[in-house]
Amino acid sequence: MSNISIRKVRKTYDKNEVVHGVDLEVAAGEFVVLLGPSGCGKSTLLRMVAGLEAITSGEIAIGNKIVNKLEPRERGCAMVFQNYALYPHMSVAENIGYALKIARVPKVERNEKIRSVAETLNIADFLDRKPAQLSGGQRQRVAMGRAMIREPKIFLYDEPLSNLDAKLRVAMRLEIRKLHQRLGTTTLFVTHDQVEAMTLADRIVVMNKGIIEQVGTPLEIYSRPASAYVAGFIGSPSLNMIKGVLNPETATITLNDGQALQYDLKRWPNLHAGEIIAGFRAEAVSLCNSSKSLTLNPQFIEELGVSRQLHCELAGEQIIVTSQSDHDVKAGIPLHVTIEPGQIQLFNAQTGVRLETEVYDVDASVTQIRKAS
Amino acid sequence: MIERTPILNLVSQAILCIAFVAILSPFYIVFAAASHDFVTVNKVPMPLLPGGHLWENLSEVWVKANFGQAMRNSLISAVAVTVGKISLASISAFSIVFFNYRARMLVFWLIFITLMLPLEVRIVPTYAVAANVLSPLKSMLSFLGLSITLPEWNLLNTYPGLVLPLIATATGTFLYRQFFMTIPNELAEAAKMDGAGPIRFFWQILMPLSKSNMAALAAIMFVYSWNQYLWPLLVVTDQQNYATATMQLQKLVPSGQAEPPVWNTAMAANLIVLLPPALVSILLQRFIVRGLISTEK
Amino acid sequence: MDKHATFSNTWLATALIIPQLLLVFVFFYWPTAEAVYWAFTLEQPFGGSNQWVGMQNFQTVFNDSKYWNSVIVSIIFALATTALSLIISLGLALLVDRRLPGHQLFSFAYFIPYAMAAPAAGLAFRFIFAPSAGFMAAINEWYPNLWNPATNGSHALLLIILCQSWQSIGYNFVFFLAALQSIPRTLTEAGAMDGASVLRRMADIQIPLVAPTLFFLIIINLTDSFVNSFGIVDITTHGGPARATDLMVYKIYFDGFKAQDYSLAAAESIVLMLLVIALTFFQFRFVERRVHYN
Repeated sequence: MSNISIRKVRKTYDKNEVVHGVDLEVAAGEFVVLLGPSGCGKSTLLRMVAGLEAITSGEIAIGNKIVNKLEPRERGCAMVFQNYALYPHMSVAENIGYALKIARVPKVERNEKIRSVAETLNIADFLDRKPAQLSGGQRQRVAMGRAMIREPKIFLYDEPLSNLDAKLRVAMRLEIRKLHQRLGTTTLFVTHDQVEAMTLADRIVVMNKGIIEQVGTPLEIYSRPASAYVAGFIGSPSLNMIKGVLNPETATITLNDGQALQYDLKRWPNLHAGEIIAGFRAEAVSLCNSSKSLTLNPQFIEELGVSRQLHCELAGEQIIVTSQSDHDVKAGIPLHVTIEPGQIQLFNAQTGVRLETEVYDVDASVTQIRKAS
Repeated sequence: MIERTPILNLVSQAILCIAFVAILSPFYIVFAAASHDFVTVNKVPMPLLPGGHLWENLSEVWVKANFGQAMRNSLISAVAVTVGKISLASISAFSIVFFNYRARMLVFWLIFITLMLPLEVRIVPTYAVAANVLSPLKSMLSFLGLSITLPEWNLLNTYPGLVLPLIATATGTFLYRQFFMTIPNELAEAAKMDGAGPIRFFWQILMPLSKSNMAALAAIMFVYSWNQYLWPLLVVTDQQNYATATMQLQKLVPSGQAEPPVWNTAMAANLIVLLPPALVSILLQRFIVRGLISTEK
Repeated sequence: MDKHATFSNTWLATALIIPQLLLVFVFFYWPTAEAVYWAFTLEQPFGGSNQWVGMQNFQTVFNDSKYWNSVIVSIIFALATTALSLIISLGLALLVDRRLPGHQLFSFAYFIPYAMAAPAAGLAFRFIFAPSAGFMAAINEWYPNLWNPATNGSHALLLIILCQSWQSIGYNFVFFLAALQSIPRTLTEAGAMDGASVLRRMADIQIPLVAPTLFFLIIINLTDSFVNSFGIVDITTHGGPARATDLMVYKIYFDGFKAQDYSLAAAESIVLMLLVIALTFFQFRFVERRVHYN
């Protein structure tokens, strides 16, 4: 178990910078997920920790030892690749034991370890097979076994579940978490799937275009997204966001179509009038018939069994509302709803940065949050 | 990947550089020898820097070995083989891949078995056929008890004689078949839905798609037929009018030990002969490599 | 294969395939059949149809020590050129695949020998290795008669082996390089994570994974050295000295066209054909083996 320190790390490919000075501390034993869309630099960052990519500037330390110039094998990391990268010409046992063979571990000891790892992962019956004869899930386990057998200081996972079907993905997710609970090895896990991130992580690092947008526990990130970008990425469905004009006198936000949303004046007593983004969860919307209600136009309805997702149009923008299945809703028939003012979150219309409640000024809030992160 | 292997890198680079010199040196030595006069080229060791007699040697050997005619013959037959092979290969692969008829598996094997036996191993009887193209027909007729006197159709000392046997193999057909198999059959079905018949589909969809395939086959075929040696040697007896460039090389090396070889003009001739295929493989290397590799599948 | 067969116009299909079938029949099947016919018959001295002689031509061939000499020389030549050329080109491809500075230039240059015609290569090598001019002559000045392919059979054989190996390096190299480049990069990365050094990864991962290409190239090179060696021999050694470089193809040419004995040449052709067919058959077996990897 080791901690990882990433300090001001940048990565440039032919003048094209893809990681713009990232700082991140991972505590020993922590499970940290790097989350972001493809091309956000998360895999590059992971590969720099592994030693598969050179670091352009900045430094990475593992267990307080700077590893910038160390070769992958000297860093004590083990990695599970997205396509598993199993050696097709070696049997499962040879694949798992290859690292030990190179380390000149005696054969008897090696076989013992291979067997014990294989039993942990329920692949002991396939040790003589070639990877081509295995199913996707079994290959995934072999890839994990290969990483585990070395008892590494750090586990690196590069989107290891994305080649599995939905059901298997859920099962393997649980196993990865269980494995971490038992071994307690520091883990960096890269994914673009926010559900994976939410369920696995001690802390999530949300990345966007080569910078870190937010670092926090899954709950922090879900309930207090640092920016409109993070809010749009997390949760299923993600946070509804709608542009409007803020009127502090009436504590309302006027939407494009003239309708108004009520926000909590006590949380933001000193805002200036002007453009703003209001965000709210699909669950925060309740159907009613009161006079202060908003009118939505449901366009189509997704039935989920437990509930329904109503895809609606509000002031020219798409939003999603969750409702109970017993409500009588039809596409095309306008719907009256209210949104609890306490459930409204506000974001700066220009920068997308979240307005924290204790901050009184839009401009000041921007600088405050920048300092905090 | 971060790897600190300075010694290995140095050794690798050294080996690569030595191989670079070793692999290209025959070309350079041919060039250098072709640029010396008779005395210098026979010095031991021959000076490695080129001399000033290149043009002189080239023009001397050009006349002496009748390269004006020989180069023209090589060019005509190489272009004919290339064009013939491409047209034949594309239409026959089209027939085999995109049409549904009962004999097509048989046809497929009839054509692809020819990949097994190169021209060289059946050189003697092929020569006999070229000497009398209608002999197969004649033998079959006489087998059936018909004795019709057919005219002798002789391909010796003709361009078809140089070209046709080289076209009659499956390499190009194989390459095209490989390529056609990678085309999703939905494309043919969509063309059919759009009302395109097979010929329109072939011209307007398959041919434009197979452009780089065609370039690959053309380059490979050009080099292959330019470099032919044994077959032209047999089929051409009229050296004055039908000799090809590679054949002329044989006349420039003395077979006996008596007279000292005229290496400078021999190498000048070599330079002339190897230049066209070398240019093609330098300029079209990307296509040639891709075409060659697709034959492995 | 069937899934592509979209069109069902049989007349058109036939019209498209006929030219190729006709050529293949006239220049492939007929000559091959004729070779078989000649191999089992003898030409009558005063014309008329050939006389059936059974295995007699083959007996003549197999009882001839010159023929066995030719077979042995051909096998030595084929094995030596194949081994030499494949080892060099695999080594170079492994090094080029490391992508050190200049690798593009190297991979470009290593292919060029492909362009040189066999007789042209033969002529160049004959000059470079000539005993009294060129470069080996310098060695002969220090140790007279150390090297003379014109009189020493093993020298002559070595000369054509070097020439053929050099010529096939370009072809073999591009196949090896393509095979190496098609190995997923994550496999070498996984090897590095497992602690394998560069050389160890070559031995444990890269070379085993190009094995299918290696088998393919072994067969192609063997076939090629049996079949395509005529140009080199004809220009450099004429099969000599004392039949030390009398390869099978060259002997067929000599017996058929210089000695005008078609029956003998046909029997020799049949033997060579069987050899080439056996190699091709072998190749199919190996091509099937590669399926196991994926």
